[in-house]
Order: sequence, then structure tokens, then C-alpha cells
Amino acid sequence: MTEPRLIEISPVTRVEGHGKVTIHLNAENEVDEARLHIVEFRGFERFIRGRLMWEVPVIVQRLCGICPVSHHLAAAKAMDMIAGVDQLTPTAEKMRRLMHYGQVMQSHVLHFFHLAAPDLLFGFGAPAEKRNIFEVIKENPELGKRAVLMRKYGQEIIEATAGKKVHGTGAIPGGINRNLPIERRDHFLASVDQMIEWSLDAVKLARNYTLEHEDLVAEFGSFPSNYMSLVRESDGALDLYHGNLRALSSTGDMIFDQVPYTKYHELIVEDVRSWSYMKFPFIKTLGPDAGWYRVGPLARMNTAAFIDTPLADAALKDLKAVTCGTPNNSTLANHWARMIEVLHCVEKIRELLNDPDLQGTDLIAKGDRREEGIGVIEAPRGNLIHHYKVDEHDQVTYCNLIVSTTHNNEGMNRAVKDVAVKHLSGKEQITEGMLNHVEVAIRAYDPCLSCATHALGQMPLQVELFNADGALVDSLTQCV
Amino acid sequence: MLLIGYGNPGRGDDGLGPALSEAIVARGLPGLEVDTDYQLVAEHALAVSEQDVVIFVDAEIGAEGAYSFREIAPGAPEVLGSHSLVPQTVLALCDTLYGARPKAFVLGISGYEFGEVKEGLSDKAAANLAAAEAFLLEWLQKADQQREAAHA
Repeated sequence: MTEPRLIEISPVTRVEGHGKVTIHLNAENEVDEARLHIVEFRGFERFIRGRLMWEVPVIVQRLCGICPVSHHLAAAKAMDMIAGVDQLTPTAEKMRRLMHYGQVMQSHVLHFFHLAAPDLLFGFGAPAEKRNIFEVIKENPELGKRAVLMRKYGQEIIEATAGKKVHGTGAIPGGINRNLPIERRDHFLASVDQMIEWSLDAVKLARNYTLEHEDLVAEFGSFPSNYMSLVRESDGALDLYHGNLRALSSTGDMIFDQVPYTKYHELIVEDVRSWSYMKFPFIKTLGPDAGWYRVGPLARMNTAAFIDTPLADAALKDLKAVTCGTPNNSTLANHWARMIEVLHCVEKIRELLNDPDLQGTDLIAKGDRREEGIGVIEAPRGNLIHHYKVDEHDQVTYCNLIVSTTHNNEGMNRAVKDVAVKHLSGKEQITEGMLNHVEVAIRAYDPCLSCATHALGQMPLQVELFNADGALVDSLTQCV
Repeated sequence: MLLIGYGNPGRGDDGLGPALSEAIVARGLPGLEVDTDYQLVAEHALAVSEQDVVIFVDAEIGAEGAYSFREIAPGAPEVLGSHSLVPQTVLALCDTLYGARPKAFVLGISGYEFGEVKEGLSDKAAANLAAAEAFLLEWLQKADQQREAAHA
């Protein structure tokens, strides 16, 4: 038998977590071009080759310090397929779902309260010293405490289901390696109603912001696009863990529906452009110009027929009413959608905690081994695809990842240009507040820019402004 | 007392913080809680608020010597625009949210190789880790002695 090999690529490109925006002005100080450059962690697709299949769900968590669980579960689903398991045991599937809902909840809470709230409460052009969570807390200290406790709740769910907060080993090919002890269940049940109450308040906060700033939300980085997500197989409901692929046009026309995600490569083409390391996926039947699409919370609200938890479903109907049931194209409405998903996750968590299957002992299913596996999940930031092939020794020979930030690449670039044109064009002096408008548009997607090292907090987004002669006239560095 | 070692063990020497956490956990020192994470995040403020002393351990780039150890104060609120915080911001958040100001220190361990996707420390970083651990154990022992003397 061949010994396990560790393949290292040197030098590794596309490994930094840094993002960069470049804005090019013409002679009239009009925005000529604006681009977001994200150096995504694509080297992993080579790095993973040679590793054993059972290692993969644990290793791929190291792609990201923000949503490791999403990579863990997407890879585990792919490995289920390789293990020949098409149906997990009830305990395994429900433990994985619990893990996933905890992950999505904590990720969304952090983004909304800590990263987006200062922009939303104080305005995009507010002085930089005002735009941070400390100022938010001064105005509403209770909000800050809730945000910490809600995120902690989600993190503890992850720890209980995956074994630890980081590099958990919960999901394994064909199942899960633990159940949820009664005492842990009771610990979570004790505060789950409080979490639902706070989630309802968060939905209200995001909803009211969106409706009270209707004109701003309608024009800020907004444009029609296609949308894609998983939906539940039986009825098209929102399903963050499993389902089939559905894509809608900006007006709600179905592009494809209920296509098994194992056929993703028949639906999507990954385009490349000379100026970016990141690929630009598009829907094959529509071509690169018309086929680009967006994923993420708002995309999921647009594609889902309904939500199978009552409070979140009522919130979804409220959101859909704004656009009379057609897809919502407003980038900033992502914040509202994100909070609806928090509410949905907590409702699901409560439902699962009351399910005795979580204490079941049948954890792993078995099947006839295959040599190819595809796992797809709805990560906090959107659709996440993991695709692997293994050889007869269970070593990975092929890996392809399409992460949420890559799906949203075109959308983010368009948002950057839209905002740059509207807020920077023709201005004689570019202020920090103007540049922050660009960041607000990016932030609405909550892109993951931090898959690399974090030694002493080095993870900046850099904005650079060039004049018509190509000279750098202004720059700003800020963490996102 | 709480020790938080953070960093990404899949990025070479960025794993220095977690490596120190694991080494200290293995020693099972009484009265010392140990946490390991990829990065500092908001809820660390809650954990820190329940302690009288906290030590943050991270890899450090471009520092002189094997390691550095310094006391820090709450600050850098502008950095809280990220998923990843610096220790000073965690302390500021802790103070703002919970009115708690524990004594806090940063133990920065010098690392050199961050660019490659690999597990394991460089030889120089591993030597620095050993030196930092020895220093920390001595420091903890002295802190214990001082605490006992204060209570005597």
C-alpha cells in the first residue's frame, strides 16, 4: 500500500487573506474602473492531494478561521458519498445539522452586530472614530452584551457537536463520532427561548433599518442578478444543510430547479480573468455575461419557497412583501436576510434539542465505496461546494472547491463599481468616509478574506485610488 | 488566570500560540484555565471578564529575540471592524461591556515561516517556543508565590 503523502506547493499563491480595492479615475475624476481583489486560499486544492479521505473533513477546516465548520461539513458530505452512504442515521444527520445551525447563527450574529451595525447606526460617511462597536455599545449597551452571548451560544453548540471550537472531529465519513449528552442538551435548552427572543429583536432591527432607509437601500450597490442556493428536495423550502440546486433570475424566472448538487459542474462554469486570482463562476446556459449569480442570505431568501420554522417564515413573508414576491436585488437587504436566518437557526436548534434522536447511538452508516464525492452546503456566506476524487488507497487525487466568496465575486465587483461611481466620481477630494462607502458594499456580502495567517492582527483590506495618469493619489487600510 | 493561545496551526509558525496552549494544557497546572483558538473574537471579552489575570499568546513577526512579554492595557477600538481582534481590543470590549479590567499580558513568540500551507513549526520557532514556555512556567511560579505571600 502506498504511504500517505503530504504534497506541498512552493511557492503557494493565493494564500493571503488580504483584500484590495483599486479605483481608477479618468481625467475628469470620474471612476473609470473599480475592482475588488481577493487573494483566495485556492492553493488548498493542491495541498489536499495525497491526504487520506478520513483526514479531509478535519484538514479543510484550516481553510478558514471564520467558518471552519462549513468546510468541515461540506467535506464530510463529500466523504459520505465516497463511503457509499447516501442516507445518514437520524442521529448523525441531526447532530450535523445542530452543528451547522450553531455555526451559521454565530457567524451571522458577529457580522451584524460587530461589523455592520456601526455603519448602519451611524451612517456610511460617519467619522472613522465613530464607526466601531464601542460607539454602538455606548448607545445601546444591551445590544453588545446580547451579541456576545448569542455568539457564545452558537460557539458552544459547535463545541458540543464537533468536540472543540476549532478543528473539531465531529463529522466523519458516513456519520458522526458523538451524540449529545442529556446534560448538554439541558444546558442549551435552558437559554434557547431567550435566544429566540433576541433573534426576533435582531430581525426587527434589521427590518426597520431596511424599510426606514428604503431609498438608500434601493440604490446602494444594488442591481439585478441571478440567485442560486440549495433548497429542500421535497418542497423547495430553505435548507441550509442539504437539498438540490435552484437558480432564479432577477425577476423570479426559474433557471434551473431541483438539480442534484452532484451535477454542479454541468450547471456552472468557473471563468478566469487576467487581473484576479479568484475565479468568476457563471451559469453555463446563460454564458459569462448574463449568467453570473449571487449566493448568500439574500439569495437564499429569494430562492426559498418558504421556511419550515414559523417565526422565520413569517419574517420571510415580510421581506418578500417588499418586492411583491419577486427577488429582492438590494445588496443591503442581506442584513435583514441574515437576521431571518439567525432566527431560523435558533428555531431549528430548539426543534433538534427536543428530538431524542440526538441521544441515539447509531452514529455511522456504511455503503459501497465510490471514488468520487461531492458535498454542498449553504455556509453562512452562501453556497459552498467541495468535490474530491480518491484512489484505491483512499488518497485524494483531485479537489475542487467553490467557496461562497468566489460565487459572489462578480456581484461584489459590481457593487464596488456601482458605489464608487455614485459616491466618488467627480469629487475633487476623496475622504475616508467616501471610501468607507465602498467597504460597506463589500461588507454586505460578509466576504471571507481571512483564510491566511493572523499573527498580531495583520488582515487588512486596502483601498487604492489612482488618477488618470495611473498615479496613486490616496489609499486607506482597514480590517474587514 | 486564563491563557489564550491563538493562531492557525495550518500555516506554519502561526501555530505558535496554539502550540504553547497545548504544551501548557499537558502540564495540567492548577488554577490556570487554557483556551486555544484560531483568532481572538468578541466572546473572548466575556471569558476575560471572569478572570483576574489573562495572558494572550500569539506568533510575532519581526520581533527581536525568541519571545517578548509585556503588560497591555485596553485600547485599539478602531480594530474592532474585523472578525479577528487584537488583545487590547478584547480588553477594551471587556471593560466597556462588563466593567472588568483584569491584568493582561501578551506573550509574543517569534515566528519566521508563515507563507506556506503546512503543519508544524520551523526549527527556529520551535526553539523559541521552548524558551517561551520555560519563561512562562517561571513567571507563573513567581506569580503563585507572590499571590501566596499576599494572602499570608
